[in-house]
Amino acid sequence: MEQLRTIGRELAMGSQGGWGQSKEFLDLVKSIGEARSKAEEDRIIARELEHLKRRLADPDVPRRKMKELLLRLVYAEMLGHDASFGHIHAVKMTHDEALPLKRTGYLAVALFIDERHDLVILVVNTIQKDLRSDNYLVVCAALTAACRLIGEEAMPAVLPQVVELLAHPKEAVRKKAVMALHRFYQRSPSSVSHLVSNFRKRLCDNDPGVMGATLCPLYDLILEDPNAYKDLVVSFVNILKQVAERRLPTSYDYHQMPAPFIQIKLLKILAVLGSGDKQASGHMYTVLGDIFRKGDTASNIGNAILYECICCISSIFPNPKMLEAAAETTSKFLKSDSHNLKYMGIDALGRLIKINPDIAEEHQLAVIDCLEDPDDTLKRKTFELLYKMTKSTNVEVIVDRMIEYMINITDHHYKAEIASRCVELAEQFAPSNQWFIQTMNKVFEHAGDLVNIRVAHNLMRLIAEGFGEDDEGADSQLRSSAVDSYLRIVGEPKLPSSFLQIICWVLGEYGTADGKYSASYIIGKLCDVAEAHLTDDTVKAYAISAILKIIAFEIARGRKIDLLPECQTLVDELSASHSTDLQQRAYELQALLGLDKHAVESVMPSDASCEDIEVDRNLSFLNSYVQQALEKGAAPYIPESERSGVISVGNYRSQEQHETSAHSLRFEAYEMPKPSLPVVTAQGSMSMPTTDLVPVSEPGYYKEDHQVSRSQPSGDALSGEFGVKLRLDGVQKKWGKPTYSSSSTPSSSTSSQQASNGGSHSDGGGSTSSQTRESSYSSKRQQGTEVSAEKQRLAASLFGSSAAKADRKVHASRKTAKDNPSAEKVAVNNTASQPVKEQVIPAAPPPDLLDLGEPVSSSAPSADPFSQLEGLLGPTSASPVVSETPASSSSKTPDLMSIFSDDVQTGPNSGSTESTLGDASLLNSQKGATAGAAKKGPSLQDALQKDATARQVGVTPTGNNPNLFKDLLG
Amino acid sequence: MTIRFVLFVNKQGQTRLAQYYEHLSLDERRALEGEIVRKCLARTDQQCSFVEHRNYKVVYRRYASLFFLVGVDNDENELAILEFIHLLVETMDRHFGNVCELDIMFHLEKVHFMLEEMVMNGCIVETSKQNILAPIQLMEKSS
Repeated sequence: MEQLRTIGRELAMGSQGGWGQSKEFLDLVKSIGEARSKAEEDRIIARELEHLKRRLADPDVPRRKMKELLLRLVYAEMLGHDASFGHIHAVKMTHDEALPLKRTGYLAVALFIDERHDLVILVVNTIQKDLRSDNYLVVCAALTAACRLIGEEAMPAVLPQVVELLAHPKEAVRKKAVMALHRFYQRSPSSVSHLVSNFRKRLCDNDPGVMGATLCPLYDLILEDPNAYKDLVVSFVNILKQVAERRLPTSYDYHQMPAPFIQIKLLKILAVLGSGDKQASGHMYTVLGDIFRKGDTASNIGNAILYECICCISSIFPNPKMLEAAAETTSKFLKSDSHNLKYMGIDALGRLIKINPDIAEEHQLAVIDCLEDPDDTLKRKTFELLYKMTKSTNVEVIVDRMIEYMINITDHHYKAEIASRCVELAEQFAPSNQWFIQTMNKVFEHAGDLVNIRVAHNLMRLIAEGFGEDDEGADSQLRSSAVDSYLRIVGEPKLPSSFLQIICWVLGEYGTADGKYSASYIIGKLCDVAEAHLTDDTVKAYAISAILKIIAFEIARGRKIDLLPECQTLVDELSASHSTDLQQRAYELQALLGLDKHAVESVMPSDASCEDIEVDRNLSFLNSYVQQALEKGAAPYIPESERSGVISVGNYRSQEQHETSAHSLRFEAYEMPKPSLPVVTAQGSMSMPTTDLVPVSEPGYYKEDHQVSRSQPSGDALSGEFGVKLRLDGVQKKWGKPTYSSSSTPSSSTSSQQASNGGSHSDGGGSTSSQTRESSYSSKRQQGTEVSAEKQRLAASLFGSSAAKADRKVHASRKTAKDNPSAEKVAVNNTASQPVKEQVIPAAPPPDLLDLGEPVSSSAPSADPFSQLEGLLGPTSASPVVSETPASSSSKTPDLMSIFSDDVQTGPNSGSTESTLGDASLLNSQKGATAGAAKKGPSLQDALQKDATARQVGVTPTGNNPNLFKDLLG
Repeated sequence: MTIRFVLFVNKQGQTRLAQYYEHLSLDERRALEGEIVRKCLARTDQQCSFVEHRNYKVVYRRYASLFFLVGVDNDENELAILEFIHLLVETMDRHFGNVCELDIMFHLEKVHFMLEEMVMNGCIVETSKQNILAPIQLMEKSS
């Protein structure tokens, strides 16, 4: 039987390929289909392209043949080969009179090129002509092509016709005209902004297809400006209500669900319109409640609608009853065995906790299951949820988990994302500086090249500034622990550049501060870094500056310094470097070695990176010099504003601005040279500090290049240099929240105490519900409590439950005597409920979403092909007749939405026409999936007929690749 | 814009249909298809039918030896897209009768036409099988 079936299929295949297709084409498809590797496929296509080039060069290819050649080109491009030599033939085919050829031409053009391509100009004319065609199918084809091929420039050529077609008598044309206008709006909102009212009109179209399509542009418009469409809230709600009440034709049903895709689109629209709008949201609650009540959690599509409902509810003005329903559905998703539903559940939970964070408590174990799931998609989604629910109480666990995951993934895109999230969370919620630095080290070690360099600067500043309190002891402890950890790490190969910069800077600044390590040891390490990263000038610059600082500190302490041989080599090498910056630094180091203790102390004061520098904008230290010059007969300086003949450059500030914005053109005439100028230039050229001190106020990165100031003996300017390095204008300073209790800061603040109390309280509520759940399954509990205890701990630490405090040292300090009994109890409850859940989940059979043998509600018609064709055509010709009367009647009634209720009459009518015409499949599909699947396969008559054609064409596929014949739905 | 591309790929990673709703060069397409297919093929049936890839979310579904992949924006309803794929397969099945991979290969343009009826500008515009197939049947009749 199975064999017979296969033979039947093969015969059928041969014939299906037989309608107007040549043996050549069939052979090509067959050989591609049977190709065993990509290489073989590539060879076939390369050969084919050679062949096609020759064939297309022939001027008299018959039109039908041309269509086939074009499809072969489509194949070539689809399989990744360039077939641009044939694009022009696709353009030519759009001129063809015959609809199938024309449409194939449009299709090929749209697949080959986009609106920016030069050839498009040749198609615009054809589209214009076809939009005026009497044949509505031609108009449809042209509108479809317009959506793909008309760019901003060509838009005016077709826009008037498209607008006219919005009122075309054929619904298919109206629908496509709406979408063409939608496309034009996407391309250039300004050029069709006067036409958007048409979308409102089409929303009331009496064809549900046109209405459904109109939701797409309206959604875009509403996203852009929700306030302009608030008046439509009631209409949308009405439509949704009618759709949900099955007032649309049954052909829109999908798996017994009335027009689910329209429902979802409407829910998306309502979510936007109701966001933060109590009044608008008020209209929606009833219909949302209805949808929840009718919700079908057994089918994918039912769940898709429910999920969209949850999204809508979490977006609109909150309503307790709605939220309750949403939370209930979410928990159903999370408890499901299907990974897809769990995924949706995690997403939904992420939306709901924004409104009510307590909802997460109940699902902590489900969330942890998802987090530990081997499925990467689910894991990522869960991390997204954790990111959303991070608080100061659970940040440590969450960030640790994230980093652990980050280390193990290779996908750079996602690695960068999760690294920046770690940084963000750590900055926002870090419980202690120590933890922050450790976390940052980990992030930098594993993803340093993927995070913003500002984060590195921020970290340096943090180490330099310390707690910001007057607790020098803790600060220096922090620094020495940083130095310790960096000395450990620095030898490792392949550290990211930004991390090395931090390491060098910290070692230079604080390496010898606590006297634990000798200067030569640190210098040796720094030389190693510079040597190991020969190509990275920035790292080398940081390293040499760090060495300089250490030497300076040593000299200042009165110790003698002998340069290590490797250090001397490094200095020599850098003195001859191509980079002037490196040269400068090396020379500075050498100059510093010759200075005495006193000078060095003022040049390079110890730990002065945080000291503010005062910029002497008046340059008062030059007064004596100016005086000297005046005495020698120089002209006195006249402020620019007081100079005559100066047109626009008013004051010093604007001049500075002019210089910095050097990219813009200067249209004013340059001023004539003045006698007073020499003084100005003298000032500028001979006193380096002036030019150099001016930009001090600018961001630090820029300042880095101006090392000149360092050689100046002004202590202020120098410490300024270092201060500036960390002056991170534009870096968000999220740091500095009150530190939350942790091991390093036992003095916990009362606010965190209260927060944790609140957490434990609500958790108590959550656990009682889990207890009730537990009782129903209590017979099953006998599983390894070890795993559950660990999970339990994780859950507790994630969700801020007080149970965590019993287990975790970190939280121990926070626990009060009052808390204790309840916390203990909660812990017991939770551990008790854990094994139960463990058991329940694997108990049910896992649903197979990729199931090949899914029940199919539609089936192939078993009647002969002609009556089948009529069956399909029947309703289209019948419906206008039926719906004409309702349309006229509806124009009298004020409620435009009532049109859909009229469609109910249309539905059964067309249905009956169909069934009388012999299309039994529709009835089958209405009855359900059971009957449908049984009666598949082509009828004998059909197969024989197809066989005959196959013989005519002379192709019978060999079946080397049996997969090709496998029913997709079978 | 919600749907960014629709791909049919078989188990060997050979493309059977590709429709992009935004412009990508041939090389970009080739690379994208390779990467995504590798990702999807590596997954088991128990895992989610969704995969994040670069800035896309790919929803996929397997029928016999053929994978149907739809790339969507990040805020799209994944379950709905999963069912959209099934609707597309059901529609093809209604038209071809027991649709198989070879049907799609022989009638690539017709499958494209169906997709054109269902998705425009990356949005799902038509979900009634009757409306999707009507123009294609009429066209066949006229030729």
